[in-house]
Amino acid sequence: MKQDIDKLIAGALSGEENSLSCLLAMVENDDTSASRILNAISPSLGKAYRIGITGSPGSGKSTLIDKLVGIMRGKGLTVGVICVDPSSPVTGGAVLGDRIRMEQHYSDDGVFIRSMASRGSYGGISKAVGVSVALFDAFGKDVIIVETVGIGQEGIDITRIVDTTLLVLAPGWGDSMQLMKAGILEVADIIAINKADLGADELADSIRDILTLSSRKSVPPVIQTQALNNIGIEDLYHELENQRGKHHHNEKNGR
Amino acid sequence: MNRPIRVLIAKPGLDGHDRGALTLAMGLRDEGMEVIYTGVRQTVENIVRTCSQEYVDVLGLSLLSGGHNYYFPKIIDLLKEKGLGHILVLAGGIIPNEDRESLKAKGVKEIFGPGSTISDIANYIRENVRGEDS
Ligand SMILES: Nc1nc2c(ncn2[C@@H]2O[C@H](COP(=O)(O)OP(=O)(O)OP(=O)(O)O)[C@@H](O)[C@H]2O)c(=O)[nH]1
Ligand SMILES: [Mg+2]
Repeated sequence: MKQDIDKLIAGALSGEENSLSCLLAMVENDDTSASRILNAISPSLGKAYRIGITGSPGSGKSTLIDKLVGIMRGKGLTVGVICVDPSSPVTGGAVLGDRIRMEQHYSDDGVFIRSMASRGSYGGISKAVGVSVALFDAFGKDVIIVETVGIGQEGIDITRIVDTTLLVLAPGWGDSMQLMKAGILEVADIIAINKADLGADELADSIRDILTLSSRKSVPPVIQTQALNNIGIEDLYHELENQRGKHHHNEKNGR
Repeated sequence: MNRPIRVLIAKPGLDGHDRGALTLAMGLRDEGMEVIYTGVRQTVENIVRTCSQEYVDVLGLSLLSGGHNYYFPKIIDLLKEKGLGHILVLAGGIIPNEDRESLKAKGVKEIFGPGSTISDIANYIRENVRGEDS
């Protein structure tokens, strides 16, 4: 097993996608392997910029990632994307359909997209996602993006794994009360109101109200986007760059 | 296997979405599998690369408009070339009887016509995926 891991790590370092893919599977399937792998790669961590993207179902997270990756690739940055979708609590199965929004990057050598199912235990998946992010970091991806569904208590605590957390909401999602209950406004570093073409003013007002009431010291920037029409994405990217300077890489990652 | 089986459902060629492929994706999910659905009109290269990145055990190919004699062998050859020859390749859709044998000879492991049920397909997969660590 130890030898396996060494061999796979050597393969992944030389750019073999199959090896990296196999390591990701080991991390996902077996906690002991995950710890071993993390140990082996820990000296080479800390270079990547890690972005978490979370928010209400269907708000346009994957479409936004598609467009953001376009900008990043334009700047020559390599990107790893991890998309987490829920497993069915009844059967344990899942349909993993996020990568379908990122088709334009399928053939790009600088982009690696991996889908993961939550597999019931959010504690377990959090560790698997954390180590998967570390793998992309160790193998030279400049930016790592993690998409998770869910806002509030359900879902994984993405903020512990990444440097910057982007919350994506869309008009029609809910009112101030729901925003307040969800609590995530407190941890978002940036808030995107996507699908602004459908009219974002009401949601923007609610968010502003909540942020004014909250005890946060600094208020996160709120940006309106239309991922589908590629509008506002440059602004969003700019904010992500701004945030990068604010978070010290190793401070937040709890390793 | 003590983890969910991972399946990629892919549509090469010029087809749009079809009920069959979507029904299969949902059916296999209900059988406890993790199903990745990549969208329509995929190139051979993109399908194979997705197999690699997603670490799938099974590739289900669906094609209604003909072209299976062209695409399926190309995909299987490229899988082998990329070190992914262990992936179980299944085909669905409308495939004339006279083509079945030649496709199987080229490495399509099984062909499921319109009359197949989800549980047939799921059972076949469970019996034929490679074991762990092989
Ligand atoms: N009107 C409008 N629709 C959009 C916009 N961005 C995305 N969509 C659509 O919203 C739907 C969901 O988009 P996704 O990117 O899959 O959303 P998601 O948040 O990743 O969805 P889940 O992962 O299923 O939670 C798709 O049909 C998109 O085309 C937008 O700016 N405006
Ligand atoms: Mg998505």
